[in-house]
Formats: sequence, structure tokens, C-alpha cells
Amino acid sequence: MTNIFNYIDRKSPVHAMTGASKLVCLLLWSFGAMSSFDPRFLFALFAVALILFKISKIRVADIRFMLWFTLAFCVLNNLLIFLFSPQHGTEIYGTFHEVFRLGGRYVVTQEQLLYHLNVFLKYLATIPIVLLFVTTTDPSEFASSLNRIGVNYKIAYSVSLALRYIPDIQREYHDITLSLQARGVEMSKKASLRSRLKTASGTLVPLILSSMDRIEVISNAMELRSFGKNKKRTWYRYRKFTAWDFGAMLLGLAVLLLSIFLTTFVNHSRYYNPFV
Amino acid sequence: MEPIISFKNFGFKYTVQKEPTLYGIDLDIYPGQKVLIAGPSGCGKSTLVSCLNGLAPFSYDGEYTGSLTIKGVEARDSSIFARSKVIGTVLQDSDAQFVGLTVAEDIAFALENDAVAVDEMKKRVQDVADLVDVGGHLAHAPHELSGGQKQRVSLAGVLVDDVDVLLFDEPLANLDPATGESAIELIDRIWKDENKTVIIIEHRLEDVLHRGVDRVILMDDGRILADMTPEQLLCSDLLRKTGIREPLYITALKYAGLAVTPDMHPAHIETLTLSEAQKAQVRDWFDRVESPQKPGRGDALLDVQNVSFAYNNGHQALRDISFSIRKGELTAIAGRNGAGKSTMCKLVCGFEKQQQGTILLKGEDSAEMSIKERGEHVGYVMQNPNQMISKVFIKDEVGLGLSLRGKPQEEIDAAVDDALKICSLSPFVDWPVSALSYGQKKRVTIASILSLHPDVIMLDEPTAGQDFRRYTEIMEFLEDLNRSGVTVLLITHDMHLMLEYCDRALVFSDGKLLADDAPAAVLSDPDLIRAASLKKTSLYDLAGLCGIADPKEFTARFIDCDRKARRGV
Repeated sequence: MTNIFNYIDRKSPVHAMTGASKLVCLLLWSFGAMSSFDPRFLFALFAVALILFKISKIRVADIRFMLWFTLAFCVLNNLLIFLFSPQHGTEIYGTFHEVFRLGGRYVVTQEQLLYHLNVFLKYLATIPIVLLFVTTTDPSEFASSLNRIGVNYKIAYSVSLALRYIPDIQREYHDITLSLQARGVEMSKKASLRSRLKTASGTLVPLILSSMDRIEVISNAMELRSFGKNKKRTWYRYRKFTAWDFGAMLLGLAVLLLSIFLTTFVNHSRYYNPFV
Repeated sequence: MEPIISFKNFGFKYTVQKEPTLYGIDLDIYPGQKVLIAGPSGCGKSTLVSCLNGLAPFSYDGEYTGSLTIKGVEARDSSIFARSKVIGTVLQDSDAQFVGLTVAEDIAFALENDAVAVDEMKKRVQDVADLVDVGGHLAHAPHELSGGQKQRVSLAGVLVDDVDVLLFDEPLANLDPATGESAIELIDRIWKDENKTVIIIEHRLEDVLHRGVDRVILMDDGRILADMTPEQLLCSDLLRKTGIREPLYITALKYAGLAVTPDMHPAHIETLTLSEAQKAQVRDWFDRVESPQKPGRGDALLDVQNVSFAYNNGHQALRDISFSIRKGELTAIAGRNGAGKSTMCKLVCGFEKQQQGTILLKGEDSAEMSIKERGEHVGYVMQNPNQMISKVFIKDEVGLGLSLRGKPQEEIDAAVDDALKICSLSPFVDWPVSALSYGQKKRVTIASILSLHPDVIMLDEPTAGQDFRRYTEIMEFLEDLNRSGVTVLLITHDMHLMLEYCDRALVFSDGKLLADDAPAAVLSDPDLIRAASLKKTSLYDLAGLCGIADPKEFTARFIDCDRKARRGV
């Protein structure tokens, strides 16, 4: 059963870092990438992300599905931007260099193309880092990291608990649907979408009922072992910060600072504008 | 010596109930004692457990009367957390109790909550894990462990706190017989080596007595009925009165007309001593009772021929399985977890498809049948009724299968009435399912399968996690159902269940069908017992003790005699 975090256990410096420093780096990096529309900068981020991937020993094959998913999403995003706002580039850069006409208000301009390039590069600059975080962070170590960066431990632990029980609930859902099918519920593609939705909601009742039973036992088991007794708790999966962790956070900070620097002193706006 | 736990005229009443569940409890448990608390369902033993570990009243609202002191502290004045430092509870459902993502994290859970420093925590976790023999599995996730291993992890999870008292709530409920035996041995070892006080709640008396206990507390109707040594208890008639199963060899001695007395040392079959005259009396009984009649063989309803199956991950779950189920049989599919029992049922229901072999349903090849079509031949009842019930009202739930098949309303109503009558649920026809007890819900799920009139009804672990009363209620119902002509197939790892209720056992091990024989024969075959993680019955040893050459026949005759006695024939 795959877990939603898709943690891939390999030995690499990226895996050895704490979830906290990776999360901080991810947040700073994303802010930096999100606030800039400078293609040179975004491309540089993409290049650095590829190097990090190499270090982490995560292979493209491991993340193929997520990669295709996000790429498809990226294409869709670009199409929708063009569909609803074909002159967005002109509004931003203030100039109009026509490339060719498609008819009506759909005129392809250099400005629009640059804007699309920016959007595309934003995906390239951030998605690898997000995937890297997801595939190299041990879920329970992550819960401990959340707690370390200030999230209440009860909330942080619930993340870990959800990960613990999601496979059980998936299995249970699968069993419930099978037993309903044996009684005559049609769940294959033969049934209409409407009736399939109706039967899917039918499986919810048993799923909720049996989950309620489970919740009572779990919360009792947790209370009997002192969960919630103190204001603080420690974590078995706690890791000490190493040079790599500081390095990662510095990298994130550098990305953000560089992004701010480009905006304030070089481009004098969030957009790099080659048209003036 | 001061008692570590002391009840004085203690009582407990749940806020939601009118009458107190416990009253007039006077009980002292001393440090280092090993105590078994037994009693029928509803006798209050679960409430007693909750009062000890603090779940009542901290989780279940209610009120104490009288006094309960734990390690000298009045329980009223101590929190559930303070109590968990003295009393460690191993819950019945060790799967749900497993809160960590891995073994190590689960064992460390209590230490984490006490904010113990990580280095010290790791050391203690390793030590405790070694103590219960799971030290090599620290990085494993719960689904990679067997039931016995999960229970060991639960035990480690409370031992890590260095508690004084270990409280085991029905520790045998979810284990196969061989694993149960080693669990009892482990509890005994921890008790002796670690100087703990041990309290075990269990109704499987014979299995707990595999290792000695100091006292047995027998509860009934919310109070303590008896507090005596196991020997005294076995010599009394209290077990029969409260509906708790005696050890099988004790029952056999009683059938032979012997009075069980303390000088026989009846607490264990190994210590049991009988005089020559007494042995002769058992032999006489054996010669006197008839050999059970072989049930007549009906038409084959389910025919499995040379079936092999491997999962996508390459795991070969079944190898060349052949058997057939005939009309009117009550058959058990037995074997430890992962032996292939559930996979076999999935193939029959069509949830998975075998790579080789054929499954015939009433003589017809099932290869082209859909899950739904197979469902008309074989009804499948899941282990947990809450996983099956999807309608609010009983009538709709029981009629679901028929209404999905588009049957006219009159026909549905008639079939629902019939099914409810068989399951003794007729008075509840207009009730919502949520108002029923667990056992009644189980019967609703059986009724909802019966309404489709399948040839065979197949139940997955019908009694798992049930106490003895519910267990008996469910099994006697299935027995009646079977006698009324329904063919029943049970998946179980419970040895008593197959011995007492089934005509035939199919024993699976490592994906192979090891045996297809009468349960009495299966449980008298040492090789088979080892391979399938079962346990030799004490009847086998009793036969040996009395010089009876054919222990298999002795077991068979005893079971037959016992069934007749139970039915009052």
C-alpha cells in the first residue's frame, strides 16, 4: 500500500537532513520563486534544483507519476491564462510586439510569450523542490519537525497518526466495497456515474461506523500512555541539526534574498522587462 | 505487606446507567501476585479493568463509591496519567493500540509523552524490545507484524514505563492457539524476571492456566463470586454455574463420573495425578460411549480443483488446493494468519482470480461469473458487522441484496421476514440498526446474506475478539442455522470453535492444504498441530495418562458426548 507522502528511503545527505530544515528551505525557496518573474533567476533555480535531485539519489522513475501530473497541470494553467487573458503580457510590460494573430482578441505577442515562459519556469523552479521534500522526508520525523518549528504537538502528532491509519482505512474501504459488490451493488463502469456515486456514499456509512470504533480504542490507548500529559513531548525520531541543515536553510534564505534583491535593485519591479 | 491494589466496599455506576455496574467489591492484590479475573460477559470485569487503569471515570463518565487505593493513593485523587505509571494496560485489540508508525516509535510512545531525552529513550526502547523478543523488528510497520508480535509490542510499550502492575485485557482473544500459548509463557517470564504484579482478564481458563496463577477471582453480576486458588475453583461447581468453560480434561473426568478433588492436582494437565482405579473409570467411560456417527454426504455445492494463486507482488498465496464442500456441512478453514485462508475465500467470492485450477459452484464453472453472480451461490459475512451495514433500518439492510436485484417488493418483504425469523430478529424488523448490540448486528449481517438464499454461507472469523457469551451466542446460532439445512463455512484460528462446533476442518499452512479431516483427528496429530500453529488438546494427554491407545477416538467421543450434553439430548 503506498502512503500519500511517498517517502522513498535511500541514503543521501538530503535524506539525512531534518524535516524542519527542509520545510524552512522549501518555504523560503517557494516565496523567492513565487515573487519573481525574472526568467534568468527562475531558470537558475531550476538548475540548482536539478543538482539537489542528483544529490538526493531520487530518480525520475520514482516520481514519474507526480511529474506527469504536475506537467499536465502546468499546461492546463497556461492554456487557461491565454484563454481568459490573451493580453496579460501587454498589460504587465506595457508594450505590444505582435507575433501572429489567431483571430478575435487572440493575438500572440512576445510579451505574452515571455509571461507564459515565466509561469512555466515557476513550475520548473518549485515543483522539483516540493517533490524532493515529499520523497526524502520520513513522515514521523516530519511530525517531530512540525512540532519543532512551533506547531502544537497534538496537531503535529495527528499528522503522524493519520499516516499510520490511512493504509488501514484504505484496506477497509476496499473490503467494504467488495462485500457490497458480492451482495449485488454494481460498482464497475457498467453503472452510471450517478448510481456509482450513490453506492460510493453507501460505503461511507460502514466506513464511518467502523472508524468510530477504532477512534475510541486509539484515544483510550493514547491516554493510557500519557498522551497530552505535558506541555511538551520529545520524539523518538528527533534528529540533531547538522551542517547540511544549516546549509539548506541558508540556501533557502539566499534564494529569497536574491529574489528581493532582483526586484528592488535590478528590475525595479517583480518583472524582468526586456521590452523597454 | 501492604496491598498494591485495594478495593474496599467499592462500587461504580456509569452516568448513563441507572444501576451500578459494580458493587460491594472487596479485593486486595499484593505486590508480586499473579491474578486471573474471570467471569461471563456483563459480569463487570471490563468495568473493573477500566476503574483500575482510570478509563473509568476519565474516559467513561461515572461515579466511584467506597474506596479504591492504588499503591497507597486513593484513586479518586489520582489522574489517569498518574495511574498509568503504576498500572500498565495491554488492551485486547493490539492492532488499534499500535499508534506509532514503527515498532520503535510505538514502544517509545509513553517515553515521548514524558519528554524523556532522545538518547536515553533509544536505549530503553532497545532494552525493552529485547526483553519481549521484538528487538530485531524495531523499524517494522504494524502491518508487517503478526498478531503475536503486535501484542509483544503493546506489552513493551507499557513495560518501558517500569510500571508495577501489568494488566492484560483478554490477551488471547486475537491469537492463534500456538501464539496464545507462547503469550502466556511470555507473561509468566516477565512476571517472574521483572517482579511485576500481573492481572489477567480472560475467559479461556484452560489456556491461561498453562502457566500457574496465584488466585482466580470469579466475577458475576457486578460482584466477586469467588476468590480462590485455581485448584479450589476447578474442584467446585462454580464454573459451570457462571457459564465459563472448564478445562476440557476436567469436563472429561466429570463425564467419566469422577469427582475432581484437590489431591488430583487438577490445575494443569501435566500435574494431574489419577489413581489406577480412577484411570480405569475413565477407560470404562471411553468404552461405554458410542463412537460419533459420520454425517451423511450431500451434493457438492462448492468444488475447488487444483487451485493456485499468486499475488501481483509474486507472493505465492495458494498452491494446488482441492476440496469440496457438501450440502449441510459445517466446516472450518483453519490455519495461522497468512496461511492462505482469507485468500481462498477471496477466490471463491471472485474478489481475486486464481491463475490455475477451477472453482465450481453447484457444478458450474465460476470463471465467467461476476462477483455479483457468485454472491448468489456463496454469501460472504465479514468479520466486523460494522463494515457491512450500510442502511439505517434493519429491514432495508436485510433486503438490500434483493432490491438491488430488482425483485418485486412483496418478494423482498417475504424473504426479509424469513431471514429475520431464522436469525431471531423478527421483533426488531422496524428498528434502526444502531439500536442493536454487537451480537445482534452480527445476526443482521447474516440475515442480509441469508435473504439471498446462497448455497453456502461463508463467515470470516465470526467470533474474533468476542467474549465467551457472545462467542457462544454466535456459534450456537450458526449451529442451529446449519441444522436447519444451511451449509456453513467458517474461517477461524480458534481451536475450540472448530473442535466444538465443526464436523470437518480444512487446515491451511503456507498456502497448502495440509489436512481435510474431523477436528478431533486434526487436533490429535502432532505434526499437523505444529505446522498449522494449533495446539494439542489436553484430552490427548488425558488419554495418554489413562492408558487409552487411541487419543483421536477418545477426543472424538468426548466432543460428541459434550455436544449432546450442550444440546440437552
